[in-house]
Amino acid sequence: MTRVEEAMLGGGEGPAVAKLLELLVALGEVFGAERLVPVESAHISGVSYKNLGEAGLGWLVEQADLGARARIRATLNPAGMDMEFWREMGVPEEFAEGQRRVLAAFERMGVEPTCTCTPYLAGHVPGFGSQIAWAESSAVCFSNSVIGARTNRESGPTTIASAVTGLAALYGYRLDENRRPGAVVEIEANLDSIMAYSALGYVTGKRLGTTVPYFKGLGSPSLESKKALGAACATSGGIALWHGEGVTPEAEAMGPYLAGLERLTVNASDVEEAAARFTGPLEDPIIALGCPHSSLEELGEIAGLVGGRDFGGRLWVFTSRSVYSRAEEAGHVEAIRAAGGRVFRDTCMVVAPLREMGWTEVATNSFKAGHYMAGMGMSTRMGTTRELLGGRP
Amino acid sequence: MIIRGRKIVGGRAEGVALVSRDPVSFYGGIDPVTGVVTEPGHAVDGECVTGKVFVFPTGKGSTVGSYVIYRMAKLGTAPAAIVNLETEAILATGCVISDVPLVDRIGEEAFNGLESGMVLRVDADAGTVEVVEG
Repeated sequence: MTRVEEAMLGGGEGPAVAKLLELLVALGEVFGAERLVPVESAHISGVSYKNLGEAGLGWLVEQADLGARARIRATLNPAGMDMEFWREMGVPEEFAEGQRRVLAAFERMGVEPTCTCTPYLAGHVPGFGSQIAWAESSAVCFSNSVIGARTNRESGPTTIASAVTGLAALYGYRLDENRRPGAVVEIEANLDSIMAYSALGYVTGKRLGTTVPYFKGLGSPSLESKKALGAACATSGGIALWHGEGVTPEAEAMGPYLAGLERLTVNASDVEEAAARFTGPLEDPIIALGCPHSSLEELGEIAGLVGGRDFGGRLWVFTSRSVYSRAEEAGHVEAIRAAGGRVFRDTCMVVAPLREMGWTEVATNSFKAGHYMAGMGMSTRMGTTRELLGGRP
Repeated sequence: MIIRGRKIVGGRAEGVALVSRDPVSFYGGIDPVTGVVTEPGHAVDGECVTGKVFVFPTGKGSTVGSYVIYRMAKLGTAPAAIVNLETEAILATGCVISDVPLVDRIGEEAFNGLESGMVLRVDADAGTVEVVEG
């Protein structure tokens, strides 16, 4: 430890800094880190009151009371509701009160209330090779793989600790040797939709667990397909980093490490089987899109598909405030509203209190969302954006 | 008998051992208000962890478990100390933010020798677990 770090741990910068640094040191101990490393960006999870409850809220308020303040750029994952239009979502008053207190505690800590799982679409884009402390498994996958920044799969408390101390323990994906692939995944399927990339991720995560995959044959995925792939990889397995030949920035440097690796093939029937697992008898489901949060392009596609139709309030699209304001200017929000759909900010189908909102039957294009909604007991079906919006499933 | 392990979260505590051969999830696996293990079929289902030296192989489940340990500490239902074979991030985080002493890597043989009802003295700063009685 440096003298500065010793002083922080000893309370020289107040009790919050001391306690939160103690947390990073303890985790460094668990994972055999040799030292701490400065981080330049934090993305904090554990924001929905549904997951935090009074226990988590109490801890957040205590940190703010003790003087915890972010010293690096720190953004926030989705909350359990649209902070403005929560009544229209059917969120109970008591829940809304808890959620407001969570946000207030974070704002006192100097954290930007972005409330999105796609901070990289809201202007928070770390540099290639930079050390960052990000939670939210899909954002971890995107920043490690597509941006080439370096983070482990952090949790709510550890990202707060990094935001407040500007440090993280040096282990795992922060080190070159742990960023090398552990398996080569060859694709023999037609990746013709965002959902197909999501399915590929879901199959890969299930087979590989936490092993870093090196994909061959990914084609030229759009940003949206890359975010869907990583989100699904991180849901069915614990994948934090993937490489794609000709697609991701570190892939070329991985060439020397591919010989002798385990090889597996994902074909069309694997992808179909993954989707089939979620097909249940459905009548008039709620169509939920935007996991991870929709980009401007996705909102544009949705707006283009819903013209002249009436979804009667049963089409929900989730995005960040940042993308929403651009989509509003482009007319996408109004087009979706005119077709009986709604665009909500700050939240999503994974962290909102769906049961309390009365949801039972749902359809989505995201295997991450499908996985969690099925886990919440919803009858869940998968479909591409076009399939879901082109004809009622 | 003094067992040597690895300090993760410092502090000292003495209490009756509750030994589980199954991994433990604090989120969903333990009722934070009563301190009772509620996971059906779990090795210590129905037992209360409050004030005990809680010995189990490792943690499992959601990262929200860290906050459950914190809530239990605030309610006075937390264990006095936790001893693991090999700990993980959820437990380490929960114990730091709740000031619950945590020691791990006590070795398979020592772990197998510990039984519920023994009185254990944990000196996490020194990384030791002493069998005082039993």
